[in-house]
Amino acid sequence: MTIQFKDESFRGDFTYANSPSNIPRFPFPFPGDEYMYSTNIEPHHAARAGSPFENAFDVDEHYVAEMKDRALVLADDPGRCQALPHMETAGWDFLELVMVSKARDYPDLFKLTMDGDRWHWINKPLQIDDTFTFGDSSTLPCHPMEYIGRQVQGDHAILDQRDGNLWMDAGIITAQADWSLDFDIGMNFFEWHAPVPLAHELGVFQRALKFLLTLPQGQPSRRLNWTLTVNPRLDTSPENYPKWGPDRMTVTPENIGEKVHLRVELQTFWRLPRSNAILFPIRTYLMAMNEVVTQPKWGRRLHRVMRDLRPELVDYKGLSRYHPILVEWLSQFDDGAPTSPGIFPD
Amino acid sequence: MSESLIEESILSRPTYGTLKIVPGLAHYFLADASGAECVIRVVQELPRDMMEKVHILYVPTPGEAALITSLYALGAKRFEHFPTIDEAVAKLGEWLSDAKMGSQLYLAGTEGLVGQGVAKGEACGLDHTAVQCEHRGSLARRVQCVHCKTMIEDVTTQPVKCPSCDLLLLVRDHYSRRLAAFQGVCINAEDPSEEIEIKEVFK
Repeated sequence: MTIQFKDESFRGDFTYANSPSNIPRFPFPFPGDEYMYSTNIEPHHAARAGSPFENAFDVDEHYVAEMKDRALVLADDPGRCQALPHMETAGWDFLELVMVSKARDYPDLFKLTMDGDRWHWINKPLQIDDTFTFGDSSTLPCHPMEYIGRQVQGDHAILDQRDGNLWMDAGIITAQADWSLDFDIGMNFFEWHAPVPLAHELGVFQRALKFLLTLPQGQPSRRLNWTLTVNPRLDTSPENYPKWGPDRMTVTPENIGEKVHLRVELQTFWRLPRSNAILFPIRTYLMAMNEVVTQPKWGRRLHRVMRDLRPELVDYKGLSRYHPILVEWLSQFDDGAPTSPGIFPD
Repeated sequence: MSESLIEESILSRPTYGTLKIVPGLAHYFLADASGAECVIRVVQELPRDMMEKVHILYVPTPGEAALITSLYALGAKRFEHFPTIDEAVAKLGEWLSDAKMGSQLYLAGTEGLVGQGVAKGEACGLDHTAVQCEHRGSLARRVQCVHCKTMIEDVTTQPVKCPSCDLLLLVRDHYSRRLAAFQGVCINAEDPSEEIEIKEVFK
């Protein structure tokens, strides 16, 4: 399968859109008609040909455009990519995992040739052809995490493991849902999750940490998380909140279908072999409401989930200003029929 | 029991205890005026021959002299005072760069001073188990503007205006030990015309 990479923008004129064939492969995040936090972690096994769960690092039609947007963010704010000094080995682990996986899963797009520690990497979509010495950062133009992070969709945090906790000690974070790497770097698992409401009391983070601390090599896991974003904007960082916050005032019943996007994070967890760190990719998928409701099951279910969402979550996810008109708009796609279990469209 | 009045609901915020001397090769103290009595309390109970191991840094409130006299009278090997937290913390870094394994660090006073002392100790390679903190005095917060990265000292209001980029910041209950600061995020970014009352809340 050859992917036609789109030329599109995630800012300014917002030309981002999903092709009709890309819509059914969206990772719709609601397996049932209600939503509440859970530690919804499952093995990151290959699942369903054509789905975003088929390969280790999903590449889709937005790949090239997303990497261009990342370059724009990093040029404007280098603090979005930071690594504490002890994280270089983990950066090499990350680079290896991505190169080996992509060359295996997309041989027509990526090629990796290893001659001892002399590696030759070809990334055709981004027109990169580099030779370097694995483990020697002087043979790369930048830190290994930044080098590979500019070539893989999604944000990537690398978590060091010590003292029975995980520490956010490195990351390349340009498409985040309102959290700051620059502020959170060096924090442990409970500290960086501190602003999340309800979940601490439910014990979600204690269970998640316990699971992650024993994550074995070669057995990655995944979960889905979601929010809503007005306009298909990847960079919804707190740093740039004054730029994207006003978008929330622009939602009307007339434009809501194209303006409001379901923003889904496919989060995966990988134990890294040399550093014993955990790679935490946060891959964001955006889909306009108009696109979501082309799948009748998703339209029905999204209406029910939004209608019954706990007020704390409406507030925390920043939906307060347009939540009532969204529920009203979605109601036209809910005929009350039962929905089938699971996230995939019928 | 600590006399700190800090509420315990903020998960990223450190919890503070009460200073207590533990065995160590050297004892480093950093305090401001509100924490001075904590230093006096624990140091004056030490035997005289221990004073060779005691090093004290102090940030007085402007014009205040009585506590300087009391701290000096403890007879520490080194006692220095500085007009600002920044200067005292820089001096602490110099002292700790020559410190031996087994040194202990004691911090007492407002949260800004304690937090910056913790961060300096960590940067100098001190294990967190060798650092003790006692919170005293004002609940004023040190805040980092997430937009322009300016550090704002002694914030007592919610929201607070960033002196550098002029945005009105909500002080989030989210604390970074590395920065020794709370996060400030624009409170009216969605609708900049929204009028928001500024209230004195961190006293």
